[in-house]
Amino acid sequence: MSTSDTRPPALLGTSGLIFIAVLVAAAILVPVLNLLTAPGSALHVPTYVVSLLGKYLTYALLALSVDLIWGYVGILSLGHGAFFALGGYAMGMYLMRQIGTRGVYGDPILPDFMVFLNWKELPWFWYGFDMFPFAAVMVVLAPGILALVFGWFAFRSRVTGVYLSIITQAMTFALLLAFFRNDMGFGGNNGLTDFKDILGFNIQADGTRATLFALSALALALGYVLCRYLVRSHFGKVLIAIRDAETRVRFTGYRAENYKLVAFVVSAALAGIAGALYVPQVGIINPSEFSPANSIEIIVWVAVGGRGTLVGAALGAVLVNYAKTYFTSGFLAPYWLFMLGGLFVAVTLFLPKGIVGTFYEWRDRRKAATGEADEPVAEPRPAE
Amino acid sequence: MTSPARCRSLSCALLFAALALATLLCAGRASAQDISGALDQFTQGNYGATEAALGELAVSGSPAAAGIVQALADGKLVFSNALPRKVFIETDKGLLDPLTMQPVPDPGPVKPVRVNNRIRRAIEAASGTLSLTSPDAATRLSAAGAVLRTRDEAALPALEKALAKETDRHVKSAMTLARSAIVIGMDGVPPEERIKAIEVVGAEGNQDALAVLRGLPDNALPEVKEAAAKEIAGIQHSLAMWDVVQNVWYGLSLGSVLLLAAIGLAITFGVMGVINMAHGEMVMLGAYTTFVVQQAIRTYDPGLFDASLIIAIPLAFLFTGLIGVIIERTVIRFLYGRPLETLLATWGISLILQQAIRTIFGPTNREVGAPSWMSGSFDIGQLSITYGRLWIIIFAMLVFAALLAVLRLTRIGLEMRAVTQNRRMAASMGIRTNWVDAMTFGLGSGIAGMAGVALSQIDNVSPNLGQGYIIDSFLVVVFGGVGNLWGTLVGAMSLGVANKLLEPYAGAVLGKIALLVIIILFIQKRPRGLFALKGRSIEA
Repeated sequence: MSTSDTRPPALLGTSGLIFIAVLVAAAILVPVLNLLTAPGSALHVPTYVVSLLGKYLTYALLALSVDLIWGYVGILSLGHGAFFALGGYAMGMYLMRQIGTRGVYGDPILPDFMVFLNWKELPWFWYGFDMFPFAAVMVVLAPGILALVFGWFAFRSRVTGVYLSIITQAMTFALLLAFFRNDMGFGGNNGLTDFKDILGFNIQADGTRATLFALSALALALGYVLCRYLVRSHFGKVLIAIRDAETRVRFTGYRAENYKLVAFVVSAALAGIAGALYVPQVGIINPSEFSPANSIEIIVWVAVGGRGTLVGAALGAVLVNYAKTYFTSGFLAPYWLFMLGGLFVAVTLFLPKGIVGTFYEWRDRRKAATGEADEPVAEPRPAE
Repeated sequence: MTSPARCRSLSCALLFAALALATLLCAGRASAQDISGALDQFTQGNYGATEAALGELAVSGSPAAAGIVQALADGKLVFSNALPRKVFIETDKGLLDPLTMQPVPDPGPVKPVRVNNRIRRAIEAASGTLSLTSPDAATRLSAAGAVLRTRDEAALPALEKALAKETDRHVKSAMTLARSAIVIGMDGVPPEERIKAIEVVGAEGNQDALAVLRGLPDNALPEVKEAAAKEIAGIQHSLAMWDVVQNVWYGLSLGSVLLLAAIGLAITFGVMGVINMAHGEMVMLGAYTTFVVQQAIRTYDPGLFDASLIIAIPLAFLFTGLIGVIIERTVIRFLYGRPLETLLATWGISLILQQAIRTIFGPTNREVGAPSWMSGSFDIGQLSITYGRLWIIIFAMLVFAALLAVLRLTRIGLEMRAVTQNRRMAASMGIRTNWVDAMTFGLGSGIAGMAGVALSQIDNVSPNLGQGYIIDSFLVVVFGGVGNLWGTLVGAMSLGVANKLLEPYAGAVLGKIALLVIIILFIQKRPRGLFALKGRSIEA
C-alpha cells in the first residue's frame, strides 16, 4: 500500500508523539494543579479527580495490552481481566502486609480476614509480600506465568478464534470462582482492602495519590513505547502476518505459536502492571475483577478507540470509562447499560476500525490523494 | 447378585410363616380377648401393675383396648374406691364401662389411675402396638416405624401377631425390619435367630437398617458380631452404589438443563460459525414469557394454571424466535465472516435485552409457579426422583429429538446441514445462505426460549438468568464439537454427570473449577471438540 517503506520505520508516529506529550504533560500538570493550587481556585484539581484519572490511565494500559494481542496477533482474549486482577492481588497482598498492627485485630503478621477465619499462620504464598521488590516482581510474574502456561498449551495445540476466546473466558471464570472461596487465602468475596500505606507513604494522602497518578501516566507511556517498539520490529511484522494468515506464516517456516506466546505473555505482564497501579488508587481488589463481563468490557474499549492502533485502545478506555462515570452517576444511570450495549453494536456495525482507525484511514486517503503517502498503518483485518 | 438375595428373602418368609403360626397357636390357648385381668390390675394403684396391665392390653387383641389406653393417656381412666374395685372411663356423659362403652350406675367416689413417666412410655408403646393392628395401612406403617425407633421388646408379641396377618407389602417389610431390630437388640435370643434377624435387616439395605445393625449389643457372640459386620459392609457398599446412582441422576438432570441451554447455541454456532452471546438472554426471555403467561392465566382463568407451561412453550418459541430473526436481520447479517465482531455485537445486544427486562419487570426475581404435575416425587430403591427433574429431562430429550428430526427430515434442515458443512458450496448449489442464516438464528433463539420455560421452574426468574448459563453453554458446545447435535448431547450429559460426581469429593465450587480446568485441557487435546466435523480446509 505504500512505496516509501525504504526508510527505517520511526519508533513513534505523529499520533504517538502527541500521545506521549499529552501523557507527560498530564503527569506533571495534574499533580501540580492538585498540590500547589488552593482548593478554591479555578485551576484546582480535587484529589478524587486525580484518583479517577489515575484509574482511567490504568484501564488505558490494560486496553493497550489487549490491543497488542487482539489488534496485532488476532487473539481475542475474553479473560484479560484475570491478568489485571492477578497483578492487582499481588499489589494488594503487599499493601495488606503493610497494615501490620493497625488492623482491627492488631495481628502483626496475619491480615484481618485470616484472623477472622481463625488461621494460625500465614499461608506459604503470602511469604515475601511484606517486601516491595518481591511484590513488584510478582506483579509481573504471576500473570506472566499464568499466561505462559495457558498460552503454551493453547497455542501449541493451535486453539484459535472463538475457541480460544471461550477458553480464556473459562479461565477467568474458574479464577473468579476460586478467588471467591474463603479458604483460598485471598480474602474471599470481600477481597483485600483497608490499605494504610505504600512504601511508607500514607495511601490516602494527596501527595501519594498525585504520585500514583504520575506513575500511571509514566507506565502507560512506557507501555506504549514498548508495544510500539514490538509491533514495528521484525517480530511485530511476524505477529501481524500471523493475525492475517497464520497458516501461511507457519508454512513459511516461522514457529507461529512461539511468537504468539511471547506476545501473550508480554500483554499479560502489562495487564498485571496496570492492575498493580489500579489497586492502590481505588483502594480495593476483590474477585469481581475476574468476572467475564469485565473482560469483555475491555474489548469494547479497544474496539471503540480502534483495534490495532495502540493509541486508540488507550483513548477508547478513557472515553468509555469517562462516559461510564458520567452516565452512571446521574439520572441517566438506568440507561447506561443500554448505551454500553448500543456502543458494542454501533461500533462493530458502523465504526469497525474504531475512532483512531477511522481517522488514520481518512488521513491516509487524503495523503494518497495528494500523493505523499507516509508511514503505513498496520491495518487490522478481521481474524478468521 | 439378585439370586442369593431372593433366596434369602424366601428363607425369611418361611421363617416368619413358622413364627406366625407359633404365635397364633399361643394366642389361641391364652384366650387373648379376655382383658378383665388386665383391668383389675389397673385398680391396684401401683405403677408396676399398671405397666403390666398396659402390656397385657397391648397384645390382647381386644377391640376395647385402644379406647382404654387412650383414656389412660388422657387421664380419664378411673377406678372406684368401693370394693370390688372396678375400672371406668370418665366422659362428659358420666362413667362408662370400658369393655362395652355403656353408661354404668354410679359406683360412688372414683380416682384416676396414676401415671408417671415410666407409664407414659408404656402407654406410648402400647398404643404403638395397638395401631399395628389398625385397619388403616398408613397407620400400621407409621406404627411399625415407631416400633423400629423405640425397639421396645414388649411390642414384640403384638408385632409378630400383626405381621402374621399383614398383607400390605410395604407395611410387611417395615414390620419385618422392626421385628428383626427388636430381636437383634434383645437379650437371651439364641444366636441362630439373631443371625437370621441380622440377615433380614441386612436385606433391607437402607439407612434405618444400618442404624439397627450398629445397635447390636456389645456382649453378642463373635459369630453374631461377624454376621452383623458382614451385613453392615454389604449395606454400606449398596448405599455407596445408590449414592453414585443418585449423583448420576442429578448429573443427568443438570446435563439436560445444560443441553436445553446449549442446543440452540450449538446450531447457530454450527451453521453460522458465530457464538451468540445474547443466547442466555433468549433463555431469560423465554422464562419471562412463562411469567407473563402465568400472570395472564391468574388474571383471566385460574383454572388453566396447570396448563400454563404447555401454553408458554410454543409462545416462548415464537416470541424468542422472532426476536432472534430481528437480531439477525438488523445486526448479524452485516457482520458475516467476522465472528469475533459478531461476538461483541451480540454481547451488546445481551446488555440491552437485560436492561430492557430490568426496566419493564424490575430487577428482582419474579415468581413463576409450578403446576401440580411438576411437584412431588417417587422412589426407586434408595433413589428419590422428583417429577420436576424427570419432566425437564423428558422435555430436553423431546426438544433434542424434535430438532434432530427437523435437521434430518425437512428441507430447511437439509439446507442448514449443507451450509454448516460448506457455505460456499451450498451457495453455489442454489441455497439462499442468508435466508438459512436467518432461519437458523430464529430456530436457535426459539429453542433457547423453550429452554427458558423449563428453567423458570428450577431457577430464579431475574434479568440475570441467562448470564448464569452462557459460559456453561459455550463449554458444552465447544466440548461436544461444533455442527454435531449428538456431540452437544454427549457434551451436556458428560459435563452434567462429571460435575455432580465431582461435587461430593471436591465441593460444589472446587468441582466446578476442576471441571473448567479439565475442559481447558481437553480443548488442547481436541481443539475442535469431541465430535469434530471432518473437513478438508486447513483453517476450519
